[in-house]
Amino acid sequence: MSDKPRSFQEIILRLQTYWAAKGCAILQPYDMEVGAGTFHPATTLRALGTNHWAAAYVQPSRRPTDGRYGENPNRLQHYYQYQVLIKPSPPDLQELYLGSLKAIGIDATIHDIRFVEDDWESPTLGAWGLGWEVWCDGMEVSQFTYFQQVGGHDCKPVSGELTYGLERLAMYVRGVDHVMDMPFNDPDAPIALKYGDVFRQTEQEYSRWNFDVADTDVLLQHFLDAEAECQRILDAPATDPKTGKQIIMAHPAYDQCIKASHVFNLLDARGVISVTERQAYIGRVRALAKACADAFVQTEAGGAAA
Amino acid sequence: MPDLLIELFSEEIPARMQSKAAEDLRKLVTDGLVEAGLTYAGAAAFSTPRRLALSVEGLTAESKAVREERRGPKVGAPEKAVEGFLRGAGVAMEDLEIRDDKKGQVYFAVIEKPGRTAAEIVAEVLEKTIRNFPWPKSMRWGTGTLKWVRPLHSIICLLVDEAGAEVVPLDIDGISSGATTRGHRFLAPDAFSVASFDDYEAKLKRAKVILRADERAEVIWNDATNQAFALGLEVVEDKGLLAEVAGLVEWPVVLIGQIGEDFLGLPPEVLQTSMKEHQKFFSVKKPKTGRIERFVTVANMETADHGATILAGNQKVLSARLSDAKFFWENDLRVAKAGMEPWLESLGNVTFHNKLGSQKDRIERIAALAREIAPSVGADPDLAEQAAKVAKADLSSEMVYEFPELQGLMGRYYAEAAGLPAEIAAACQEHYSPLGPSDDVPTAPVSVAVALADKIDTLTGFWAIDEKPTGSKDPFALRRAALGVIRLVLENDIGFGLLQFLIRAFFPHVKTRDGVGDERGPSLRQQYSNATGIDEETLFSLELDEARKKLPNPEDLTSRIDAWIDQLRSDPASDPNVIKDLLSFFHDRLKVFLRDKGIRHDIIDACIAMPGNDDLTLLVKRAEALAETLATDDGENLIQGFKRANNILTQAEEKDGVEYSYGADIKFAEEQAEEDLFAALDAAEAKITPAMQAEDFGAAMSAMAALRGPIDAFFTDVQVNADSEILRRNRLNLLSRIRNICLSVADLTKIEG
Repeated sequence: MSDKPRSFQEIILRLQTYWAAKGCAILQPYDMEVGAGTFHPATTLRALGTNHWAAAYVQPSRRPTDGRYGENPNRLQHYYQYQVLIKPSPPDLQELYLGSLKAIGIDATIHDIRFVEDDWESPTLGAWGLGWEVWCDGMEVSQFTYFQQVGGHDCKPVSGELTYGLERLAMYVRGVDHVMDMPFNDPDAPIALKYGDVFRQTEQEYSRWNFDVADTDVLLQHFLDAEAECQRILDAPATDPKTGKQIIMAHPAYDQCIKASHVFNLLDARGVISVTERQAYIGRVRALAKACADAFVQTEAGGAAA
Repeated sequence: MPDLLIELFSEEIPARMQSKAAEDLRKLVTDGLVEAGLTYAGAAAFSTPRRLALSVEGLTAESKAVREERRGPKVGAPEKAVEGFLRGAGVAMEDLEIRDDKKGQVYFAVIEKPGRTAAEIVAEVLEKTIRNFPWPKSMRWGTGTLKWVRPLHSIICLLVDEAGAEVVPLDIDGISSGATTRGHRFLAPDAFSVASFDDYEAKLKRAKVILRADERAEVIWNDATNQAFALGLEVVEDKGLLAEVAGLVEWPVVLIGQIGEDFLGLPPEVLQTSMKEHQKFFSVKKPKTGRIERFVTVANMETADHGATILAGNQKVLSARLSDAKFFWENDLRVAKAGMEPWLESLGNVTFHNKLGSQKDRIERIAALAREIAPSVGADPDLAEQAAKVAKADLSSEMVYEFPELQGLMGRYYAEAAGLPAEIAAACQEHYSPLGPSDDVPTAPVSVAVALADKIDTLTGFWAIDEKPTGSKDPFALRRAALGVIRLVLENDIGFGLLQFLIRAFFPHVKTRDGVGDERGPSLRQQYSNATGIDEETLFSLELDEARKKLPNPEDLTSRIDAWIDQLRSDPASDPNVIKDLLSFFHDRLKVFLRDKGIRHDIIDACIAMPGNDDLTLLVKRAEALAETLATDDGENLIQGFKRANNILTQAEEKDGVEYSYGADIKFAEEQAEEDLFAALDAAEAKITPAMQAEDFGAAMSAMAALRGPIDAFFTDVQVNADSEILRRNRLNLLSRIRNICLSVADLTKIEG
């Protein structure tokens, strides 16, 4: 089909254009290491409270344990998610979503697109929702979730969240078997780059660092520091003594929660966390996420009366 | 007589919830209608991925008017009482009637409930049903508060009679009822209206939706088997998968696809599991070889290219999945061929239970126990021990990590790859069995030894840490484990005393846990110490085998433990402790098992009360023989005779303070019936004693039953409490012989009736 995007980046660009046309604010990636697009405060925090919201963005995501030195055809320790969050979830969200597939060249009349039960839960964020994984010809191409709870708070109104795994989706649309062979920019460009040209080396470097080199003592200290700083930020009085204004620092605190979560993932990849400790660490990150959510709902963006 | 049509149209309902939801809809609505005073002729409910539908036929058009009278308080009763009555009856003061009663004037409320139209009732019942629907998990969406399994979009609520169809007006959180629905999401997305159930079903079919789940399943199965047949192949039957897939599509389109040549060498179970779990594919096999060569996928879509794109996509996804499986398989084979050492090592890091150690600890215990059990089940001890050591190695394999349901089976493949004997490979797979009441019981001796050791270790372990099942809670499936032991023993006709193995199996658990015991008696540690004659500290610092060497004569330990076992076995009522508590758990499971086979619980109790009750095979043979005997006329009457003898004797013994067990003497026999009984008892004893020694319970019991006639005649003709004290005592001693002979067969005092 001539309408097919020719490269990885064209898929991203088309999604950006599509969701912009549907009224979403096109945000930029969050400037921290996260495990998934959901961690972006534009999703986690903005799903809370009564204010309406519509945002879409690409989020680079890191899962240290998934590193395969760039050799596995579809496993990466660093990859991209495309994330859409609309609050309240519009009644035609499924149709909007199917429109986005069309925009990237997936024609629903020749494919078999299915919504298959998949309930989403994030123990680290204290969040859950109901929805589906979306299958295209037997392949999972997106997650579709109606958020019910985040950070222990009921979502009222409910947000609809869409997450696209961009590499996998692009490989499918382009018919590529190995992620590293996928055209990153236009294959006819004077300097044509493949995904491997951009990321093969970094996958190797990070796989080695994640699995064997990262200093676990330093990481453990980072975890403790982030945890303590998060608490300290939230414990600060709501009124800023300098400006005299009420400034609850939900976002800076949440940054520390994100940091703790990523450090935990790194420690996990280093294999220094036992099965029983694992649950305890997840519980500690969840406690931070909940505290941040509690703080956010007291802010203006969180729907508290200004 | 109108018909009712309801459709609740939503976003995709999880396949596993659909059929129960349809049934719930039918029940809740029809129950509600009946409760409100309507009747109906029939009702049927349907589900597709996007809708629940209900058709009710022959509904009454309205409910009957109801007149109810309620008696209230007396006139002049406290104001509060009158107010309460008014509130309860829902009437005003001026509506009350005053009537004369025996005790004076009393208020009466006459409540007239007019008949209501079906429409009114249906609207009320449906709203209540939707708001209280028992979804396993439900959710809110948008700004609403209504909960449904996924967002609810539209409602059809239609009453249809000769005059035509009429929408029952209903508004639930902004969703109004109507007469329109939509067809297939992609093939016929436009809305259309319907006028009756038949019209609804027919129009849906035109709009590429098959309403009935069983019809969809039939289409899938027929298409799949036909397409496979045309290729000389056969679809592997899987009813659960068929039902699930029928819940994932509104318009099934069956496509049959190729499995890459590279993957055909994988074990068929791996192909099947990977395809089913990840992709919901059916497996298609060659009937002759059983080799899986193709797959069937069911699309929800008709396309211009007849599914070519869809099939190509599915094939690609499958290849990626099977590449993973092949990668696991090849890695695993490498480890297996090298002897599985790393797997066994890593099981040391896998906790079985935090009080019962790692899987590795457990395997060592099972191996030692399997070795002990082996001779009793006809297995080679070395093979049994070796089999137990590798039987769980596959738990560390990559394949079992990915597909836990393949545990055991992969063990078999890997043991074969490692070049281990066939008996060991079989034990890897079979030692988990039987898993449920319908699961087959292994018969190969090595498998039986490991299966028994596995289950006995589990049971003694959880008993030692006091984690027994309570009520409906049995998180470690201990009832199933005990039933497994029972079936392994009975179905293989294994005769052994269970206690010796329980004692052996408890030892390592007691060794690692202090103070396991029973508040009623000495702790198990003390009991082991007493029985072996070695002080606790020394004994529990050793393995049981090492302890043997500590004694001046190693045979001593064996014989001392044997003596302990004998003591536990010989008197079922003695010495309560954890070991015997576990044995009675086995007995309880056995009672349930035999009750299902039609043997009464009192018959089993009569046999459990006998010495040697830890030999379950013997116990069941005794119970079967007793049940058979009691089913005869002689047997049933013998029980009466026995009970009469026992009662008279017990009373006399209580009164006289002696036990009449000196033996009766025939020279004091006066009556013919008395002499006959002497002869009959002699004859019975002569038969019963050798029969019992030979464990021929049938012969022993029929000899016992033959006593019925002489005993009956004795009680008819002879008075036990004779005036002569000599005669009386002799007759009581004769009754004692009856009692002893009967009780040597089973404890007949436990028999009811």
